[in-house]
Amino acid sequence: MEPFLQFLINGITLGSIYGLIAIGYTMVYGIIGMINFAHGDVYMIGAFNAVIVYLVLGILGVTWVPLALVLVLLLAVVLTSTYGWAVERLAYRPLRGSFRLAPLITAIGMSIFLQNYVQLLQGARNKPLPPVIQGSFDLTSGSDFVVKLGFMQILIVVTTVALMVVFTYLITKTPLGRSQRACEQDQKMASLLGVDVNRTIGLTFVIGASLAAVAGFMVTLYYGVVDFYIGFLAGIKAFTAAVLGGIGSLPGAMLGGILIGLIEAFWSGYFSVEYKDVAAFSILVLVLIFRPTGLLGRPDIEKV
Amino acid sequence: MNKVLTIENVQTFYGHIQALHGVSLDVDEGEIATLIGANGAGKSTLLMTICGDPQARSGRIVYKGEEITGKPTYEIMRMGIAQSPEGRRIFPRMTVLENLQIGATILGPDRFEEDLAKVYELFPILKERERQRGGTLSGGEQQMLAIGRALMSRPRLLLLDEPSLGIAPLIVKRIFEAIRRINEEEKMTIFLVEQNAHHALRLAHRGYVMVNGRIQLTGSGRDLLANPEVRAAYLEGGR
Ligand SMILES: Nc1ncnc2c1ncn2[C@@H]1O[C@H](COP(=O)(O)OP(=O)(O)O)[C@@H](O)[C@H]1O
Ligand SMILES: [Mg+2]
Repeated sequence: MEPFLQFLINGITLGSIYGLIAIGYTMVYGIIGMINFAHGDVYMIGAFNAVIVYLVLGILGVTWVPLALVLVLLLAVVLTSTYGWAVERLAYRPLRGSFRLAPLITAIGMSIFLQNYVQLLQGARNKPLPPVIQGSFDLTSGSDFVVKLGFMQILIVVTTVALMVVFTYLITKTPLGRSQRACEQDQKMASLLGVDVNRTIGLTFVIGASLAAVAGFMVTLYYGVVDFYIGFLAGIKAFTAAVLGGIGSLPGAMLGGILIGLIEAFWSGYFSVEYKDVAAFSILVLVLIFRPTGLLGRPDIEKV
Repeated sequence: MNKVLTIENVQTFYGHIQALHGVSLDVDEGEIATLIGANGAGKSTLLMTICGDPQARSGRIVYKGEEITGKPTYEIMRMGIAQSPEGRRIFPRMTVLENLQIGATILGPDRFEEDLAKVYELFPILKERERQRGGTLSGGEQQMLAIGRALMSRPRLLLLDEPSLGIAPLIVKRIFEAIRRINEEEKMTIFLVEQNAHHALRLAHRGYVMVNGRIQLTGSGRDLLANPEVRAAYLEGGR
């Protein structure tokens, strides 16, 4: 029983991170129908931005931890969303309306470019961050397996839930969210109502990159180390989560993320750490065979 | 009379295929002008060309004294033009209310409630369907929603593309009555595209007949209704 609880906690923590990244994949797919393979690397850049801002703040003498963390979060989001916006503006927008594979190939190129860019500027070695938030609650006592709920895990889950509340409000209730959904359903009609479609697509990348930046920030604090390659695997897992939940579905992305996190945690716990990635991808294959639209995806019948 | 819209010698292409072969017409302030013509004549292409999607390859389109040829669609619509397009294009996964809200995108929330009340007064069924998804409405209800959505931006020029297409005669009557009211009460200029020539010409102050991407005939609605050519082609033994 105790190990089960521990794997559950670990899985939900990890799954929150995947879910935040997955939303960026699913939103971009929803609005322009492409898989933005560079999104995982935008997340990696988010993690690096967090480290850089943290170190700079240290030099400037901002040492009160709560203030430093809030500033790191805000600045990492601003910097990273600029990258997200620029990727769309420079690499994808010029290709809009060209053949379907063109943006996909460009996205893969962009992914490699961003990895190399960070490797060149920051070096190939991983970057450590001094542990900022340590400690945990012991949920059980007495037996030889003590279930720990880390303060950092609480921070990750609470932040994710808060972000989801804000994000859901943004998409369902605000003019920006409405324009976003309108462009997703019918771009021609949206522009006939005065919606600037290009701007809306740009903002979609900004929102996706912002969520990825928060994920990158939290991962950096959680593991205390980043390197230029972390975007690859996290990106593939988050993409898997988006497909599992139903690509294009926002609740699906979060659900898929949590599921992938849980699968990974339980598989590593009960079977083998080495094969945890295989487990997640096997589940994906099964879902695609039996439910190609994903768990919460809708079959494409309404498109006229 | 002040001209709201002037179209001069406009040519529009889809790839290599030419759809409009030098169309010229104008629409006066406060009038209902109609454009009739057979299926494939180029009517929808003309309405979309006014809105900049597709762009005219040559010629000029002037709205209220300002040339709009070459401007992006969203900028043209922000100048006070609205369209209820062919096929209605209701956002299927948004509610009726959300469809109307997105119609008011360019105005912001200030006068939203007032405009919403007007649209509901014009089409009471929309109020009953307020929380229903657009995709679940009947054809007639979708058409009313498309017109209502266009009205939410307080346009000075309203473009309507075949609002009677595929809709029961009783509902068509109601929709045309609403169009007349919008024109009279709001003093809104309306450019109405129709295959249903009978209804359209009776309502309109002025009519144009389009054949194969060219304007063939022009006259007052009454004159065109009486014109033997028009009667033979569009009224008797056809649409
Ligand atoms: N998207 C398009 N691509 C290519 N050809 C088109 C397209 N839309 C319309 N056309 C062609 O342009 C001509 C005019 O069409 P349209 O403007 O829809 O006529 P109408 O509205 O009068 O029925 C037709 O020959 C039609 O086949
Ligand atoms: Mg048409």
